[in-house]
Order: sequence, then C-alpha cells, then structure tokens
Amino acid sequence: MHDVLIVGAGPAGVNAARVLRKAGVRNIAVLERTREVGGLPRYCGHTGFGMMDFGRVWRGPRYARALAASVADVPVLTDTTVTAIEPGGVVHVATERGLETWRARTVLLATGTRETPRGPRLVSGTRPWGVTTTGAFQEMVMKGLRPFERPVIVGTELVAFSALMTARHGGVRPVAMIEENARITAQRPADVLARLVYGTAVHLETRLVSILGGEKVEGVEIEHAGVRRVLPCDGVVFTGRFVPDAILARLSGITLDNGTHGPLVDSTFRTLDPRVFAAGNVLRAVEHSGMAAREGQRAARMMLRALSGRLPDVRKAVPVERGEGVASVLPQRLYPAPKGNVTLHARVAQARKGMLRLVDERGRVLAERRVHALPERRLELPLPASLLEGVAALRVEVV
Amino acid sequence: MTGTTAEGRIYDVAIIGAGVVGCAVFRACVLAGAQTVLLEKGGDLLEGASKANSAILHTGFDATPDTLEAACVQQGYALYREICESMNLSVLKTGAMVVAWTDEDLARFPAIVDKASRNGVPVRVLDAQQARQREPALSEDVRGAVLVEGEDLIDPWTAPMAYAHQAIANGGMLMRKARVEGGARQGDVWRLDVAGKPAVSARVVINCAGNYGDLVEAIARPSPFTITPRKGQFVVFDKTAYELFRTIILPVPTALTKGVVVTRTVFGNVLVGPTAEPQDAREFPTVDHDHLTKLREAAFRIIPALIEHDVTTTYAGLRPATQFSDYQIEALDGLGWITVGGIRSTGLTGALGIAEHVVGLYRAHFADPTPLADVVVPHMPNLVEDLPRPWMQEGRGPIACHCERVTEREIETALTDAVLPVGTLGGLRRRTRCMMGRCQGFYCTRRVMELAQTHLPGLVSPIGEGRHDA
Ligand SMILES: Cc1cc2nc3c(=O)[nH]c(=O)nc-3n(C[C@H](O)[C@H](O)[C@H](O)COP(=O)(O)OP(=O)(O)OC[C@H]3O[C@@H](n4cnc5c(N)ncnc54)[C@H](O)[C@@H]3O)c2cc1C
Ligand SMILES: Cc1cc2nc3c(=O)[nH]c(=O)nc-3n(C[C@H](O)[C@H](O)[C@H](O)COP(=O)(O)OP(=O)(O)OC[C@H]3O[C@@H](n4cnc5c(N)ncnc54)[C@H](O)[C@@H]3O)c2cc1C
Repeated sequence: MHDVLIVGAGPAGVNAARVLRKAGVRNIAVLERTREVGGLPRYCGHTGFGMMDFGRVWRGPRYARALAASVADVPVLTDTTVTAIEPGGVVHVATERGLETWRARTVLLATGTRETPRGPRLVSGTRPWGVTTTGAFQEMVMKGLRPFERPVIVGTELVAFSALMTARHGGVRPVAMIEENARITAQRPADVLARLVYGTAVHLETRLVSILGGEKVEGVEIEHAGVRRVLPCDGVVFTGRFVPDAILARLSGITLDNGTHGPLVDSTFRTLDPRVFAAGNVLRAVEHSGMAAREGQRAARMMLRALSGRLPDVRKAVPVERGEGVASVLPQRLYPAPKGNVTLHARVAQARKGMLRLVDERGRVLAERRVHALPERRLELPLPASLLEGVAALRVEVV
Repeated sequence: MTGTTAEGRIYDVAIIGAGVVGCAVFRACVLAGAQTVLLEKGGDLLEGASKANSAILHTGFDATPDTLEAACVQQGYALYREICESMNLSVLKTGAMVVAWTDEDLARFPAIVDKASRNGVPVRVLDAQQARQREPALSEDVRGAVLVEGEDLIDPWTAPMAYAHQAIANGGMLMRKARVEGGARQGDVWRLDVAGKPAVSARVVINCAGNYGDLVEAIARPSPFTITPRKGQFVVFDKTAYELFRTIILPVPTALTKGVVVTRTVFGNVLVGPTAEPQDAREFPTVDHDHLTKLREAAFRIIPALIEHDVTTTYAGLRPATQFSDYQIEALDGLGWITVGGIRSTGLTGALGIAEHVVGLYRAHFADPTPLADVVVPHMPNLVEDLPRPWMQEGRGPIACHCERVTEREIETALTDAVLPVGTLGGLRRRTRCMMGRCQGFYCTRRVMELAQTHLPGLVSPIGEGRHDA
C-alpha cells in the first residue's frame, strides 16, 4: 500500500513529489508513461521555465533535467502507464513486467494537457502527411527532424508564436499564420513581432476552408471577407485549443467538469473520488508550467492533510456554477472557513468587459472585480473563505 | 520476396491492384498453384478503396437475391469465419439492427424480412421496447428494428494484409510502386508495361483495380462499365463511447432521408457514416465540414449519449461504383483476362468469395494447376481492442503511441517484416494503429518518425546547423 501515487512526471507531478518527500512521506511513487521525467517542457526549446519552482529561468529541456534531478530520491517509474483508477485507491498499472494492480491511500492525477488536432475540428479537405500540432512539431525539431519547410500556422494563441520560434530554429519558414477572429488571441504585439522578426504575416478574420494535397500537403484554401484563395504550403500546424488530458480520469469514472473538461475539484484539489486529487494542466487548459508546478506543490500539501485526516468534510463543500459569460471556473467547489483566502479562476469564451462577480444562491454579491476579459486568459477572483459560511450555492458571472 | 522480376520470367497470373479484392485473389491463385504476381501502383497495400470502409462483415441479408454479389458476400462471409482463427484474425460479435424511426420505415420491414429469407439469412423483428431493451442507448424515438444476429465487425486492414501475407509466404510475388500503364498480348502472353520498372509477363491478367477498374480494363477491351467513385465520409468517436452500445445500427434502406450507420469498431471506437457522394476524382477523397457536422448530428439523434463524447478523427473512402449494381466479374476467353470490377460496397466481406469464384473461372477458362500441398499459414498481430495486445505483456519495451498503446517493438517489427514490410506511413498506421488515437500524433509523431525515417524516406528531413538547444 502506497501513501501516495502520482500519475505523470511533468512539472505538477514532480513538484508534488518534492513536497511530499520533504514532508517525510516515504511511501510515494511517481508513475510516468514515457521513458523520461519532465512532461511537456522536455520539448519546448525556448526559455521561460523554472522560475516558480527553482527560481531560475531555463529552456524546457534544462528545466526537465532539473525536475528529474530534484526527485532523484523518490521512486519514479518510467515506461509505466496508469490505465485505470478504481474507487478505494485501486490503481491499474501497465509496466514492463506486465499488468499490475497497486493500492494507494491517495492518488494525484497530473496527466497534463494537449492541443486539439485536426480531426475533432472537423476540418475539410484531404488527409495528407504534414498536418500536425505545435507539440508534435516542437518535439520533431528538438530531435533534429523537419517534417516540412513552408507550413501554415493555424491559430494565434501564445503557443502559435512558440511554433513560429520553433520553425525559425528548425530552418522552417511559415508562409502565414491565420486567425478567424479580428484580433490575435495572444497578447499583442506578438503579431507585429511575427512579421518583423520572422517575416510571417498574420491573416486576421481568415478562415481555413480546406487542406489540399495528395500524399503530402500542397496548400490550404483560406477565406477572408467572403473571398477564397489558395495558399501554397507543405504543412499545416494546428496550434492551441488545449484540452486537459483527462482521459484516465474519465475512463476511471471520475467526474469531469463541463466547463474545464478536467476533473471536477474542490479547493483542496480533491476530485469527487475522495482519494483522488488532481493538479497541473489536467485541471484546465492551459496555464504556463510555473502554474502547474505551484498547483502540484499546493495539491501535495492538501494530500498531506488528507493522509492525517485533516481535510474538510466533502459534504461541506459549496458548489460553484458557471453563470453568464463564463466558460469555466476552477475550482468548482469551495469550503467556508473562519480565516484564510480562496481564489477562483474563471475564463470567458468571448471577449467581454464588465464585472466579474461571485454571487450566492440568494443573489448576494460576495466578491467582484472589474475586468476586460479575453478568451484563454485567466481571471482571478480572491475572496475571504469566511464569506462562504452559511452559503448553499455559488455562481460566477461576468456582467 | 518482394522485389524486381527476374528478366524473362513468365507468370501464370498477374493481378493488377492490391486492394482487399486483389489480395484475396492473390492468395487464392497462389494456393491454387498458379505462379502469381500482384502489381500495385501504391507504395503499400490497401491505399485505394480498401483503405476506408465501415468494416462490417455482412451476412448479405439485404443483398439483391440471386446476384453474383449476394453469392460472393455469402461465401466470403463463410470463408472468412473458416480461416480467420488460423491466421489470428478475429470477429467482433455484435449483430446488427435495421432501425425504424417512422411509419414509412416500419412499412418496409416486411420487404426487408422477405429479402433476408430469400437470402437464407435469419432475422427477427423487434418492437420499439425490445429494440431498446437490446440497446438502451438508442434514442427513444425508435419505432422498431429488424435484428440480424449474424452481422459482425472485423479488422478491415489486418484481414487483407493476412491474405497477401499468406500469398507471399507461399511463393507469390508482390510488386509495389508498380503502376500498370498499358500492355499487349503477344501470342499467349500478356506483356504489362509497369511505370519505371521492367515489363511484367503473364499468361493471364486479373484486373482488380478498384476505382481505376475501367481504365485498366481498357488495356484488354473497351470497358463495358464506367467507374464513378462514390465517396463515403465518416466521423470516428473516442474510445470513451465504446461501451454505449454493441449492436451495429443500420438505417432502413432507401428511406427518404439518407440514413447512416452507427457502429463500434474492433479498435474500440465508435463510427458514424458513410455518406454517398458520387464524384469524378479516383483517389484522395476529401472530408468536408458540413457533411461531417451532419453526420455527427445524425449520430446524436440515433445514440443521444454520443453527444458527451469527443471526435477522434474523420476520414473518407471511395466505393468503386459502376452504372450496374452487381459485381462485374467475367473471364475473357481468348484474351487471357479476368475482369473483377465494380466491387462497390461489400468488397471487404465478398473478397474471399470473389477469389474462389475467380479461381473457378481461371480453372474453367485458362489452366488447371495442382493446388499447393503444404500451405504456410501466417499468424497476424492482433490490433483488436478486446483481445490481448503487446503492451500488456512482460518485457514489452517502451510504448510509442500512448492513445492506442502501440509499442516501439510493434512499429519496428512492422517496418522490418521479412514477408511484407511497411511501404508507406499509412501502411504503418494500418498495421500498428500508431498515430490513430485521440491525440492524432501529438505525443508520438516524433518517435514514430525516428523509428520510420530510414524505412520510409521523404517524411522528415534532418535539420542541419543552427538547430537550437542541442
Ligand atoms: C507546444 C507547447 C508549448 C508550451 N510552451 C510553454 C512555455 O513556453 N512556457 C510554459 O510555462 N509552458 C508552456 N507550455 C505548457 C506547459 O509546459 C505544460 O502544459 C506543463 O508542462 C504542464 O505541466 P503538467 O505537469 O500539468 O503536465 P505535463 O507536463 O503534460 O506532464 C504530464 C505527464 O503525465 C504523463 N502521463 C499522462 N498520462 C499518464 C498515464 N496514464 N500514466 C502515466 N503517465 C501519464 C505524461 O507522459 C507527462 O509526462 C507549453 C505546452 C505545449 C504543448
Ligand atoms: C465508405 C465505404 C464503406 C464500406 N463499408 C464496407 C463494409 O462495411 N463491409 C464491406 O464488406 N465492404 C465495405 N465497403 C466496400 C469495400 O471497401 C470495397 O468493396 C473494397 O475495398 C473494394 O476493393 P478493391 O480491391 O476492389 O478496390 P481497391 O481497394 O481500390 O483496390 C484497387 C487497387 O488497385 C490499384 N491500382 C489501380 N490502378 C492500378 C494500376 N494501373 N496499376 C497498379 N495498381 C493499380 C489501386 O492503387 C488500389 O490499391 C465500403 C466501401 C466504402 C468506400
């Protein structure tokens, strides 16, 4: 019987392991399905990793090595896939030794996030080689492989500009970035930089109509202001539209939230299975790795309390609903407490100016803040936990 | 065994086209004792119509009675069941229900039942309650169903691969990237011109060219049929949907609104499709957003709970349709030619039956060789989700594709197989399922490329100087 099993050795899982180990929990294991520790940053060639957990700023691979070194004294089992978690802490694991069943007092889901590929976007056209996602593209370039030379980049979330940087490093020259909306999703002036530094034009209010080509991509048809034209290219990179990689949770019957599409959790990172916790980008898409790291640490502290029976009674949790204008909210359950603060995270689907509000079942506004909300950006709403005493239900809205 | 032909060699039989039909005919000819070569223009098998279908092993309950198609489908169905186990091919027992949503649909049940009985296929009529008892996930709007217990699912790629594998293992010759461009009959021998390769000589040519059937037929005679490819698009749902239902849900045929099939796949997904769209282009079928959206909505109407499940991917296939509804199979006596054309929408099932029929024609019209005595039977790798897979085994090594749980060893084995190595990326995907899961290669493309690059040149190129973060 393990005290803690951690699923996933990315920033969230590794940081949780560090905290638990430091607190003296001996019976931990981190289970990672790939051969290496580090999660997604392993293949992010650009800088900006490590500030939150190591106080340094590194490129992804360097950060991944630091993560690995930081858990040298914790059993980290690579090539080990968790296939299902049953109620009661029964964990099914596929290892090099075959299929095994483990038991744990607590489990942490830290399985991360991924981009939405072409299929679920129901994109038209043929199905040639050369259609990929940023993650796969970055990984190939990192390993010295170039799948195309003149791709089109679809989307303008931050990660799209990261794809642009990767392209430059890989000797790949994107022909254009295309965006359906009237402004880029990432912070400006990323688009100006894209054009000036990389020579790549950003086409706004432009829709990808279809992918052309036989064996390989030969072009894309795009539409702007009702006019269609063909843009010759030899690859298509679908960027962003991150989704939590919550398939393990889902297949295990752990309730997911309709807003985040990650496991439904309370402010102690607990899912509706009281033994199972979740942290990092599996909770919602997508935050930078520092946020995932910090959540891993905070979830670990909650698990420590769980191990000694000091977490609040789940029946005391107050559910938080999504109200007007709100696409997702995290966590989805809060606990009243005499002191301390809780912070709610919310996101909108469409740009919206107004008041971000937390309202109780009687329509009382418990907290509010003026916001200019944009899609894919986190809105934070801190409030004293004492305000939640006697509240039965909560709703977050932007009005 | 693949490779170039020895100069001056004359085969008994040259088959043009390595779709499921060509592969089955290949196997049957080799086992019948004919020296056989299979010529395929693609870089691998199954790059044409056979790359994309619904993967149903049809009973033939709805075939037009007394047609060649009905006979071949029924024989193909029986033969598949007879040989599948020995080659480690499987059948996913599901049964099918032809489901009625309207009075008009219900009114067609007697005709469906009558046709089935004329085809000798047992069926049973269920009322709405019984239908939902069998499949509680069906929409409440269901009015009744005709249950066909014998309709099942198979792996649409490993099966034809097994046929070709067995043919090669028993002495057959496969030539890929071998497009037949023309040919001439000199005396008793056909000399087929193969693009970029030496000509291939054979006494009898069998045209199994699928969507190019009429063009290839023109080598022998003005084609009596014209191919108008009929496209079928599909939407594949995530494996999370697999447990929703078991039975294949078929539409009542010729209903006013075009019905679609909702079915499981042996790989653990759920499929909805196909559309039926005639078109001119003979390859690289396109999917389109509007049809895909409509298919998905149709699926929601049939199995409402599907709305909770993600789409994994979309694809399209091209049926080799002609102006005739029946198969076009014929031996041209003086010409040393057998036509196998217009195998439109039942070829996966019909293939083994077609192959028997073709060998019968060959024996009746051209030659009567002695069947092979000691036949090698290949043992195919299992890709069926419900059965044990390599990732579950001790000493499996690393997993490359986590969504479909494909090990690196499976990929390497497929790439270097001594009998039938992978020829294209599509071929690798069909043999192993790598990159076919919900992430569509987000996690595994790089590793697959590393493993495949020396075997499948042209997919990726090395990045030279200036690469960051070595
Ligand atoms: C293309 C791209 C660029 C990015 N760029 C940046 C950036 O510039 N800066 C930044 O801060 N962040 C960036 N991010 C985001 C960030 O790096 C990741 O989202 C972050 O690593 C999240 O950490 P995590 O621990 O939640 O998940 P991950 O790092 O994804 O780790 C999850 C781990 O769980 C493992 N796992 C999953 N399922 C199982 C299972 N069933 N059994 C065992 N193991 C399992 C995975 O193999 C993986 O190692 C980027 C992400 C992408 C995709
Ligand atoms: C949407 C859809 C759903 C279907 N569902 C089912 C089902 O559920 N059950 C079922 O039993 N059947 C089904 N089918 C039918 C089945 O897939 C087809 O009948 C079958 O694939 C036809 O195979 P084929 O070998 O005749 O043609 P193909 O697979 O097209 O093979 C012909 C081959 O010939 C090659 N070729 C062409 N010209 C040349 C040349 N000049 N030189 C060399 N090679 C050449 C091509 O490259 C190709 O590989 C479905 C079909 C579709 C499209």
